[in-house]
Amino acid sequence: MLLGFSIPAILVVIAIILIPIGWLFYLSFIGNDGQFTMEHYQKMVEYKSYKRVFFTTFQVSLFTTIICILIGYPLAYFLASLPPRVAGFFMLAVLLPFWTSLLVRTYAWLVLLQKKGILNEFAMNIGLWDTPLKLVHNMTGTLIGMAHIMLPFLVLPLLGSMKKIDKDLMHAAANVGASPSKAFWTVFFPLSISGLVAGSLIVFVLCLGFYVTPAVLGGGRVVMVSTQITAILENQFNWGAASALGVVLLISTLLVLYISSKIFKFDNALFGKK
Amino acid sequence: MANNVNNEPQIESALPITVKNLTKTYGDMYALNNVDVDIKSGEFLTLLGPSGSGKTTLLMAIAGFNRPDSGSIKFGGNEMILTPPHKRDVGMVFQSYALFPHMTVAENVAFPLKLRKVNAAEIKERVATALETVQLGELGNRDIDQLSGGQRQRVALARAFVFKPRILLMDEPLSALDKKLREQMQIELKQLHRQLGVTTVYVTHDQREALTMSDRIAIINGGEIVQIDTPDVIYNSPSNSFVADFIGESTILPLRADASGKLLFENQPISDGPPENMHDNGKGWALVVRPERVFISDESTSGDENVVSFDGIVKEFVFQGDSAFALITVAEKHELSVRFGTNSASFQNALQSGDKISLGLNLSDITIIPGDE
Repeated sequence: MLLGFSIPAILVVIAIILIPIGWLFYLSFIGNDGQFTMEHYQKMVEYKSYKRVFFTTFQVSLFTTIICILIGYPLAYFLASLPPRVAGFFMLAVLLPFWTSLLVRTYAWLVLLQKKGILNEFAMNIGLWDTPLKLVHNMTGTLIGMAHIMLPFLVLPLLGSMKKIDKDLMHAAANVGASPSKAFWTVFFPLSISGLVAGSLIVFVLCLGFYVTPAVLGGGRVVMVSTQITAILENQFNWGAASALGVVLLISTLLVLYISSKIFKFDNALFGKK
Repeated sequence: MANNVNNEPQIESALPITVKNLTKTYGDMYALNNVDVDIKSGEFLTLLGPSGSGKTTLLMAIAGFNRPDSGSIKFGGNEMILTPPHKRDVGMVFQSYALFPHMTVAENVAFPLKLRKVNAAEIKERVATALETVQLGELGNRDIDQLSGGQRQRVALARAFVFKPRILLMDEPLSALDKKLREQMQIELKQLHRQLGVTTVYVTHDQREALTMSDRIAIINGGEIVQIDTPDVIYNSPSNSFVADFIGESTILPLRADASGKLLFENQPISDGPPENMHDNGKGWALVVRPERVFISDESTSGDENVVSFDGIVKEFVFQGDSAFALITVAEKHELSVRFGTNSASFQNALQSGDKISLGLNLSDITIIPGDE
């Protein structure tokens, strides 16, 4: 009876997800002459440039995830330790950029980081460095922008799992003789791992397919799969090759999710307790 | 728990706790107001009071989880006030049990020993003994979420004493259990305390639990210890109306002093004067009557000068199984609670509301306390 209410949603999923993806698969096997071909996939294996694109994609995703963890874990820990009202204020600071347009934030970074940007001017004025640093149109700029955009995706699930940790547990650890750092590493950290894994995975997977930020802040030097797909379409109008890239990206994303679910047994972190 | 006397964990010695002038404020509220208490070595002391009375604050101060504004806490002569909790070496059972959910039962109990770098073989042995003591010998490999409330309580207990602390603190450890299990655990905790011999401070708001388990009870109200004594003294000789009201059932009746200083209840002499050990708060004096000490008077007691008599009218009469409860209107303005045993002769004639009744109370069963109004 209740299942009946899900039918429209299921139909929408089929219409806007399954059919286009099926179409994508189909296109990736069609050559420019309209005949079935494997050439798009063959090129991916043969051409070094494709390998470099995939390597860059995974590299940017991995570095962004690591930066997010290094910044996000202490931030979430700090937020979790605050009294609810104060935490709300800081939470807003994390979420506010989240609600503003991605494009706006990305261009804002461009303004801040460029050669004559605010950061370089300020640093040179107070004498931190003499010649403008190249902070944008390269890997550095891409990582700064990506980390900023991805941070809330890591902090939110992590904060959720930290808040679920009973404060008495830390008291209990101290009571039986654990110093604050010992209590953190033996009790708090293990209990926050499920949230950390969930958050890291969301960040990593979102990074794999990210387009705007690497396109704008990478300045053409950071070629990820998504930017490569655009390039192929714009320059060659080659739907087959673009689709094949999309298919490989999709499959590798699913592979990442599958492998990590095996390693971290995080199914209960992401999909509720078994 | 006590059936395993031979391999019980031995506590070398218990430590006395001396709390002096302890004060802790939250804003302008005194959670603890100049509290003094001496807890003897090996004693089972219960901190009893309503919620917000400061009993948990005092326990947490002893454990080291809050920093009092002033005062001193000594364990066997050593000042502890600045010692962080992990260096105090006291065991504690938390109200929520606070078991580590990512560890098995055995790992939870082994945790304090691992921190103390005890070698693996000894850890195994001591964990087994501790689990045996709390009757969970079989469940070492279980996860915490596979345990019932009662079992978790026992694991928390095992974890608290496995490292042989000389002081054991318990914060309402039984409050989450159902009544039957709670009563069973009260007896088991009492036996465990006797077996371990460790100084125990126990916090509860359940007066019956306090009476059952304690060597002494400290009644706390408004951040102050109102009375501290053995359960029978607390029950039989409450020192003020708060204690009389909080412990057991009671009726508090106002007394009047006549010109000679004698205390009277409705013109009946009760006492030649106020009790000497009590502080006169200037609000007069009152009489504490325990409902079960009141009896229905007959010819044998009438005219006995050691008996106070009350003539009244039955307002309410309720049969409650093991006893019957009656509310009697005395002298038209006081309501006296009375409890009869249902097997006693006095119960033979069940009462109807509106019945006239003569009640008696032995003078030795009354307590006089400072008045309230």
